[in-house]
Amino acid sequence: MHSKINIILAGVGGQGILTIAAILDTAALDNNLHIKQSEVHGMSQRGGAVQSHVRISDQPIFSDLIPQGKADMIISVEPMELLRYLPFLKKDGYLITDSNPFENIKNYPELETLYNEIKSHKNHILIDAMKIAKDLGNSKATNIVLLGAASSLIPLSDESFQKAIATLFERKGERIVAKNLEAFLKGKEIAAELVS
Amino acid sequence: MKKLLLGNEALAQGAIDAGLSGVYAYPGTPSTEITEYIQKSKIAQELNIHSSWSVNEKTAMETALGMSYAGKKSMVVMKHVGLNVAADVFMNMSVSGINGGLVVVVADDPSMHSSQNEQDSRYYGKFAMIPILEPSNQQECYDITKYAFELSEKLELPVLIRMVTRLSHSRAGVVTGERIAQNTVHLPKISTQFQLIPMHARGRYKHLVDIQPDILEISENSEYNTFHEGTNKTIGIIASGIAYNYLMENFEDGECPYPILKISQYPLPKEPIKELFDTCEKILVLEDGYPFIEEAISDFLGENRKVIGRLSGDIPRVGELNPDNIANALGFDIVINDKLPKVVMGRPPQLCVGCGHNDLFNAINVLKNESATQQVFGDIGCSALGVLSPYESINTLIEMGASITMAKGASDAGIHPAIAVIGDSTFTHSGMTGLLDVIIENTPITVIISDNSAIAMTGAQDSAASGRLISICKGLGIEEDHLKIITPLHKNLQENIDVIREEINYKGVSVVISQRPCVQLPKEKKDKLKEYTNVSIN
Repeated sequence: MHSKINIILAGVGGQGILTIAAILDTAALDNNLHIKQSEVHGMSQRGGAVQSHVRISDQPIFSDLIPQGKADMIISVEPMELLRYLPFLKKDGYLITDSNPFENIKNYPELETLYNEIKSHKNHILIDAMKIAKDLGNSKATNIVLLGAASSLIPLSDESFQKAIATLFERKGERIVAKNLEAFLKGKEIAAELVS
Repeated sequence: MKKLLLGNEALAQGAIDAGLSGVYAYPGTPSTEITEYIQKSKIAQELNIHSSWSVNEKTAMETALGMSYAGKKSMVVMKHVGLNVAADVFMNMSVSGINGGLVVVVADDPSMHSSQNEQDSRYYGKFAMIPILEPSNQQECYDITKYAFELSEKLELPVLIRMVTRLSHSRAGVVTGERIAQNTVHLPKISTQFQLIPMHARGRYKHLVDIQPDILEISENSEYNTFHEGTNKTIGIIASGIAYNYLMENFEDGECPYPILKISQYPLPKEPIKELFDTCEKILVLEDGYPFIEEAISDFLGENRKVIGRLSGDIPRVGELNPDNIANALGFDIVINDKLPKVVMGRPPQLCVGCGHNDLFNAINVLKNESATQQVFGDIGCSALGVLSPYESINTLIEMGASITMAKGASDAGIHPAIAVIGDSTFTHSGMTGLLDVIIENTPITVIISDNSAIAMTGAQDSAASGRLISICKGLGIEEDHLKIITPLHKNLQENIDVIREEINYKGVSVVISQRPCVQLPKEKKDKLKEYTNVSIN
């Protein structure tokens, strides 16, 4: 097991990246690991670009921000937002993203160009997480599908992830917990097929 | 057991555990979660800790001072620019001193993530001659807040805690400790302490000046100012608050070869700074915000370039610190890459889908096409997004309340139409007094209060204006004939344009309340708001 991991979560205000962050935090805390997780509050939350830096380690962590070129992966719920944080990605780091654009600006790029840019990176997982979530009957679980897709690259056990998901969605009822666990496992399964 | 807390939440828990009896605040990024944490805390409810929002930072600080006068521990919380609003009481309560412990928490916003400037509150602390504490991590946010109350009661002075965005909004595991008991009511021992007529104020001010050496001594012996020995004396580093973390990030296993003075308490400790000067070839100052320390310890004429930092250009003068710009200053071989693939476009914040401000700006833009001289004076909050595309409806945006008074000044200068657009909460925060100026002279401007019944930008907190706007405007002296209510919906566009046009053409002051609840409000709240929306003016 690697002793530390730096993850950047990306998206547009309101897309649920803080839920991914909360699951990572809870799972890491449960394993007695050190965590620092910065997030964006305020103006950008109104439909603007938002990110969260998540750092997990078995050693104390100093900076709340990940230095450039030190992120092991970027998980994004939106394909253009994924690329906004490229300067933070390690050489051969992983890009994991939903393929569905969130087009609330006039000059949104051509999807084809965007996908080509993502595919030019060796390590990428580009999936239609929204469709996967919808097919499972829970379109709100797009973010959880993506977390599942990234999970095998994160040094936390599946049990820890599942326990964290169960804890976080507990107050929404058993059915929602089950749907999110299903989304997590489906994401993991699809990523395994892509990466192998 | 560790709890995972935002810096803001750790600070709030520290205040609760320090025996707090009341927190007073107006929401403002990045400070908002401190008060919200206390509002939601079950223990705070059991302890009956006051935590409702105040109308603005000045009223908040004065109320906190009142609680302190009565002997209880109080805290006042705001964003950096909020301290400008509260500056009057802030500067004078350091002269009066306090009774129950009083802690002022100010969250600065270097890089202006959600602000108009990056002013550094440490200058205010120095200006008021009070101790300043600057936590560097989430655990310190908790510990330092408890210590701040102790220090405040020991010195009988308010104590300033300075936060920055990245610490406010980052989570880490925090260990909490014992809870100290709340104070009971007890009045000040000296009856003249809070009576700042000149004859008493002179004595109080002299006392404040006289205890400065004591405050310095406490700072020099503080466990929050620590000296780390280093073998490489080519550089000695001073790192304040969160800068310490960014510095240490650059060294594997936290082993820095240079001597470091970590500062989290002010006034600046002289002894260890002298030691750095005496033993190191150069001094690198790392501080988030303004070059406060660097300026204080640099040679005024700039002839002795021994001190480096933001002023010398080794660290960028503007914007927040990060591990990378510090690595650069340390001479590490890193290239800061700010180039993004061409396909990445900017994505500025924007109004929510279905927002009432949207329909108001659409009406204002039609009127702009009718009159080339029209100027629209904007204000702080979500309605400020009217500056941006696709609206571009607003010509100015300065600070809380400036819309109404700037429109007045422009009108006095001959501009017509001069329109002010202000949110409901911003109006009660700082717009009402300006409106009175306008009413006294019956200045021909049109004030549009875009009333979404929420402090929307910071998370839709309750607005002090809800249900009170009509009576406030009438009470200030707005004539009923020129106090109009419109509902900003697409289907009402033409009607709304007509109402605003008519008021623009009126040769006196008029107020149009554009009223529709914030789309972010939960349904129960919207339903409750129906009780007082659509009421008639008469």
